Amino acid sequence: MAFTFAAFCYMLTLVLCAGLIFFVIWQIIAFDELRTDFKNPIDQSNPTRARERILNIERICNLLRRLVVPEYSIHGLFCLMFMCAGEWVTLGLNIPLLFYHLWRYGPTAAVPSLCVVPSSQTPPAALFRFFHRPADGSEVMYDPVSVMNADILNYCQKESWCKLGFYLLSFFYYLYR
Amino acid sequence: MYPPAGYYGVPPPQQSYPSIPSHATSAPSKASITSSAHSQNYYQNNHQQQQQQTQLPQHQVAPSPYSAPPPSQPYATLPSLAPPPSNAQFNQQAFQQQQTLYTTPGPYYGQQSYRASPAHPRHHHHHHHQQQQHHPSLVSPPAAAPVYPDVSYPSASASSQYAPHTSSNTSTPGVMSTQMGAPLHQFSALPPASTAVQPGYGTGHQTAATVNGKGSTEAAVQNNIHQHYDQSHQAPHNYNSYSGVTQSSGGADGDRPPSGTPSASVHSSPSHHQGLRYGYVANSGASSASATTSGAAAAPSSSSTDDDDEEEDEDEEAGGDTSSSSTGSASPVPNNYDSLEGGSYPDSMPPSNNMTNQAPPFGSYGYHGMQSAYQHEQAPRPDASPSHSVYSQPGYQQYSQPFPNLSQLSAALGGLSGVPELEMEALRPVNLLQERNLLPSRPLEAPEPNLSPDLKKVNCSPQTFRCTLTSIPQTQALLNKARLPLGLLLHPFRDLQQLPVITSNTIVRCRSCRTYINPFVTFLDQRRWKCNLCYRVNDVPDEFMYNPVTRSYGEPHKRPEVQNSTVEFIASSDYMLRPPQPAVYLFVLDVSHNAVEAGYLKYFCESLLENLDKLPGDARTKVGFLTFDTTVHFYNLQEGLSQPQMLVVSDIDDVFIPSHDSLMVNLKESKELVKELLTSLPAMFSQSRETHSALGPALQAAFKLMSPTGGRVTLFQTQLPTLGAGKLQSREDPNQRSSTKGAQHLGPATDFYKKLALDCSGQQIGVDLFLLSSQYADLSSLACVSKYSAGSVFYYPSFHHIHNPAQLEKFQRDLDRYLTRKVGFEAVMRIRCTKGLSIHTFHGNFFVRSTDLLSLANVNPDSAFAVQMSIEDSLADSSLACFQAALLYTSSKGKRRIRVHTLCLPVVSQLSDVYAGADVQAITCLLANMAIDRSISSSLSDARDALVNAVVDFVSAYKSSVSNLQQSGVVVPAAMRLFPLYILALLKQKALRTGTSTRLDERIFAMCEFKTQPLPQLMRMLHPDLYRLDNMSDQGALHLNDTVVPQPHLLHLSAERLSRDGAFLMDCGNVFYLWISKCCNETFIRDVLGCSSYASIPPNMSHIPDLQTPLSERVRAFLDWLQDNRAFSSPIHIVKDDVSAKATLFQHLVEDRSESASSYHEFLQHIQQQMSK
Repeated sequence: MAFTFAAFCYMLTLVLCAGLIFFVIWQIIAFDELRTDFKNPIDQSNPTRARERILNIERICNLLRRLVVPEYSIHGLFCLMFMCAGEWVTLGLNIPLLFYHLWRYGPTAAVPSLCVVPSSQTPPAALFRFFHRPADGSEVMYDPVSVMNADILNYCQKESWCKLGFYLLSFFYYLYR
Repeated sequence: MYPPAGYYGVPPPQQSYPSIPSHATSAPSKASITSSAHSQNYYQNNHQQQQQQTQLPQHQVAPSPYSAPPPSQPYATLPSLAPPPSNAQFNQQAFQQQQTLYTTPGPYYGQQSYRASPAHPRHHHHHHHQQQQHHPSLVSPPAAAPVYPDVSYPSASASSQYAPHTSSNTSTPGVMSTQMGAPLHQFSALPPASTAVQPGYGTGHQTAATVNGKGSTEAAVQNNIHQHYDQSHQAPHNYNSYSGVTQSSGGADGDRPPSGTPSASVHSSPSHHQGLRYGYVANSGASSASATTSGAAAAPSSSSTDDDDEEEDEDEEAGGDTSSSSTGSASPVPNNYDSLEGGSYPDSMPPSNNMTNQAPPFGSYGYHGMQSAYQHEQAPRPDASPSHSVYSQPGYQQYSQPFPNLSQLSAALGGLSGVPELEMEALRPVNLLQERNLLPSRPLEAPEPNLSPDLKKVNCSPQTFRCTLTSIPQTQALLNKARLPLGLLLHPFRDLQQLPVITSNTIVRCRSCRTYINPFVTFLDQRRWKCNLCYRVNDVPDEFMYNPVTRSYGEPHKRPEVQNSTVEFIASSDYMLRPPQPAVYLFVLDVSHNAVEAGYLKYFCESLLENLDKLPGDARTKVGFLTFDTTVHFYNLQEGLSQPQMLVVSDIDDVFIPSHDSLMVNLKESKELVKELLTSLPAMFSQSRETHSALGPALQAAFKLMSPTGGRVTLFQTQLPTLGAGKLQSREDPNQRSSTKGAQHLGPATDFYKKLALDCSGQQIGVDLFLLSSQYADLSSLACVSKYSAGSVFYYPSFHHIHNPAQLEKFQRDLDRYLTRKVGFEAVMRIRCTKGLSIHTFHGNFFVRSTDLLSLANVNPDSAFAVQMSIEDSLADSSLACFQAALLYTSSKGKRRIRVHTLCLPVVSQLSDVYAGADVQAITCLLANMAIDRSISSSLSDARDALVNAVVDFVSAYKSSVSNLQQSGVVVPAAMRLFPLYILALLKQKALRTGTSTRLDERIFAMCEFKTQPLPQLMRMLHPDLYRLDNMSDQGALHLNDTVVPQPHLLHLSAERLSRDGAFLMDCGNVFYLWISKCCNETFIRDVLGCSSYASIPPNMSHIPDLQTPLSERVRAFLDWLQDNRAFSSPIHIVKDDVSAKATLFQHLVEDRSESASSYHEFLQHIQQQMSK
């Protein structure tokens, strides 16, 4: 393959994709850290640990939040580049994730109206709502006050693992193109 | 050992114990023992104070309301006698007898763990006081007399004796004791389970005392036990005659007489070494400022007694009826806890002391049965004196009669119990479109889980711990099929009347999941127990083998931890890295022009002055004050100053603390200065012209001030913060108030308050917000500061001290409760559940620190929590699911304590069983919480849709699950028949309604309340109870003390139930409305309201005059009785039938169509349409 714009795109995305993989790995570690509190429950319930722990949670959440925009924009850049390069197949592979990101980061209006009661038919809507910014007010994604709810944490962890898989696969895909 | 019968009447004369150390002398000795950090003085003083305080009540109590001779008295004296401090003969005798009784090996108690703990001296001390000062009052001691006579704890034999009764009465073993069986219960209540199972930890401190005293005073122990036992029984069943007795006795004895038991010599005895101490302490009410704290001094592990304040609690465990006891509290008995300690199972209602005349059908039956049982029991007891039997008989007769109406009602309510018929009843399909009278005649009660009677008896009270599904589905698939949410509603720190408190060196917990040992574990053999949450097999530690109550060895399953599902441990030093914090209170007051206009300051200062001595705390208690307008003012209250110094910090961009050690001062040392400040404060700012409010900087200052210690910040705010960090803009558009699209700006406008709250939470500072504002103040942002620091929020819209007397009154009442209620500091709560279940979302005010750990900087007795759960693994291999909530906190006395609640529920595999066990109230409350979350994170209309969908889903799911259902229409199981009604009511609440003009702040406040109010309160707000008062009959009335409390029927909330000639009472939880219609009969107006005619009723009448007419007495008795069950007393408003006033009342008639919302019938039709889609 000649050194076309498309080839350049793939090379660049390869590098960036590696970066994304590291992001995601870091995220996974971060969630794990959130989840595993002090092992010793007595320690855990100790008031003096409270400050430490809360600071920790806030720090991790802040970092997580700070990484959201870079990650999403890098991925957006992929899509843009593939579109410019006319790599429609690759673009098609990435489009779902792009929409997912838009939805995840988008305004609340995007949330479908779902049943409150958990049910097998409707997706676990309760999970999603936490990630959306309310109509006004600040960012609530990775909100330190709600991130520790097990459903959110579980969801975030699953999401990270899925993304890791996706990025890894696409890394090799880009590599062997 | 029991004194001769004749002796009873006599007040325990002091002279009988020649050797009693005088007050003065004893104190020092105690002090020496407790060589702790705390000063001796403190204790002594406290003692004195406390005693004085507590004694007052006693006097009142003594002439107990009960017409019958308080049976308890005779016994009551026992404790006092038994424990002669000087190790008099009494003691010894007691010992011996006990020994024989219990066959406890002698050696045990010589060496065994129960040693005198430092606490002893205190008790002792205390006791003496009482004796010396209040002879008469002393007479009536702790023990509930009737109770204890007979039941012997120890053993199997006892149980066996009972057994026959049980079986005979409750025909099927498997029968659930639902309320239905009320009369039966009494029988069953006595039975084995109680005796054998619950030997006794029922009473608090008394036991402790005794135990410590080498168990010498068995009498006391026994008393306790009995009481406990009785009440515990009763707990499940609402009324128990017995408890009544107990109660009365409890009331009668004012103080903690029992505590006096330990002999003074105890501590000096050689045997005094550390062992396991088993304290069984009752908590004392805050009111009685139990300064007696055993001592901080005592090493953490050692202090067996403590008096934390358990205030009276008025639970209405069994629905209103049970709480009849409440009247008791209405009586002069000030609920000092001591009196309440009389011992009961935590939840047991204070019983119906006085239901003397309740006659009815089963009464006599029950009574006989019981009696015989008792007699049986008595036989074995050596010490059963004739007097016992004498007493017990009359006592029983009087008290043992059940309430007929209750039983009927409960039957009607269809407790979902194991009784097949009941289950059938719960599952009976109800077509809501056809059946119109859905309400039970009395407020709905929690369904009882379908468990074996043994388990049911020890299960946690539904007041404390409630699950939406009392039968847990086996798998997530089944749960999904049911379309009902699975979750828990918790009220972990609520005021309990009686609580077993345990002090022991080792707190027995599962080694892998750290579950506290509880009644639902299984003992594989003597040495091993199997955790009921993770199924790990653990060893039973040696200490645990010894049962302090029976003083026998080798019966770990009879320890109080294993006999009570709600217990409190005094934590050992393992549970703290730093010494427990003292009680620290900071008051942050808005003194801007707006605040001065509203005029709250004067009333706050008055209230605080009045309650200064009642603030929960000990000698280390600190207070501070901070005021702000455009600047922040600090007050130097250092001891030694002639008057308080005000320090003004005007640099609000970078607030600093002007002086580090003199702003938060020891309340005791600086009390005069504090009083002076409170007196002068209202005048100081009366001329204030500052209209701005620098709330953010003031809070930052408060945070800095409190960081070293942690504690409670009480914030009063009257307007939108406009200066410095955290300033807010008005976001409310008045034109949008009645928009049908939903409300905007439900979320916070800034992160400032949330971040601050997290900082506070990290430093163990809780912030309670009082918002008294007439304008929009952006509560959605401000409330964050309380929400994440585990505080509480109070809101008084349109507060003005002159123009709005109703709000002022509410403010004052709330303040009184707020300042004196119990408080726990630096708390964490962990909720564990059986393997396979997992908790995923929490609701309430707290910070979630880890997936199962809630961090609560402050915990107060009035806030509740909710959690949602999912089923991760199939529960098929276990038949029971258990939930344990453990709350670790520092009491206001500086003691680390762990309160553990355990709930056990059956696991079912059939959908019908799931429906039969559905708890419609709990489900509604959980859905309300979820909807609030949804409306904040998404949108109001989304949340409303979701609620409607919840009903639609449920009804369709039910329809499809019942294949043979031919009916069309909205058909639901009887257990859930109120579900659509409740959801409709929910949609019409301020929090969630659309189309009706609702101020944003009021909406937000309603949301906050939904998240934190305990279930009964929430249900009353949601679906108020409506009664007709003008034609009340005495049929089914409760008889408490000498008053008759009528029990009018509940009415549907619809205007068609109101009539033009009636008087109706609406109980909205936080307020009562008494609606007088135009043609209301004149006698009612005259007899109850004291007005000559309808026209002469003043427009803003807000109290019921004390008239001596029978009707007025009934009405007031009923109101008091309703009032007794709630923490915050509710004002009553008399509403006349005119346009303006009517609107407030009619908005609560949720079944009717309003301008913007559909009626109940329309709602059902809507559901039907949705289903057919």
